[in-house]
Amino acid sequence: MSLGQQVGSDRQLARLLQIGIVLEEVVEARASRHYQSLAEEDRTLDAEIEALLEGAAEESADHRKRLEALIEGLTVDSIPFDEIETLVEARYGQTKPEDFDGVLYDQLCNEETAYKFYDDLIEAIEASDAEFTVDRQRLLEVLRGLREEERDGVEEVTQIMEERE
Amino acid sequence: MNTANQYLKAIYLIQQQDNNPAATGRVADMLDVSPASANEMIGKLEDRGLAEHEKYKGVSLTDDGIVRARDALQTYCIIERFLVNVLDVENFREEARELESVIDGTVAERLDTIIDRKPECPDCFDPELDACACLDVELEAEQPAD
Repeated sequence: MSLGQQVGSDRQLARLLQIGIVLEEVVEARASRHYQSLAEEDRTLDAEIEALLEGAAEESADHRKRLEALIEGLTVDSIPFDEIETLVEARYGQTKPEDFDGVLYDQLCNEETAYKFYDDLIEAIEASDAEFTVDRQRLLEVLRGLREEERDGVEEVTQIMEERE
Repeated sequence: MNTANQYLKAIYLIQQQDNNPAATGRVADMLDVSPASANEMIGKLEDRGLAEHEKYKGVSLTDDGIVRARDALQTYCIIERFLVNVLDVENFREEARELESVIDGTVAERLDTIIDRKPECPDCFDPELDACACLDVELEAEQPAD
């Protein structure tokens, strides 16, 4: 058991970045599914939520690419991204939110979870003296950028929720 | 999972195994820390109303401590199941131990949506194997590192 938040090796870092990719996949899949459910029913009624979900899915896809680029710089075995994507999509193929409030709340949870994940990961890397094969400065820059965008996402969803109260 | 939660989880598992208060030495061994560090954290857990320490007997969790410990154990189970079922990791016990300090309960809840966890979790956890007993893998108890 490892006590204290630290990342000590390329392998551990790659695994954590991989978990980040899965979280982003989950966000992307849920946002796409919710977006499609709006399209079928009353998409025209709510352009604001439609734009939010479309933006969330695009942002997650972009985050995933940035995480994949970091993993490529590490000395680890290749990781089956396609399989993860298929699995996550299969899990979310059947889910559907009950109403607009449910969509917004779910999106808020997505953004908050991703923010918490990047925040903990940054803290664990900062607490570690380990040397990674990827440049430490670049690694932290990318992760801080992702964290910042998740924080903006939390604010955006919160604002929409407050306006609708 | 923060350090306090890792202690709570360890004490909970030892209490289950021994059916008695957990000896401080056992807690220190499980977490691979010095007895002094274990004593210090157990004192903090007592101050926070999560554990009670009785001299010469050991440490027991309070009701609040048990709730926190079971949450921590559930997070650990999620990490193990995620590593096995989604990422197909062979050395999942070793990797789960490395990851548990960085993966928060909130993040684990999101991972939980894609792993088919059993309703009996976290009672499914086998402390001898250091693994969720519902996992579809064959396991043997691990030998101590030294």
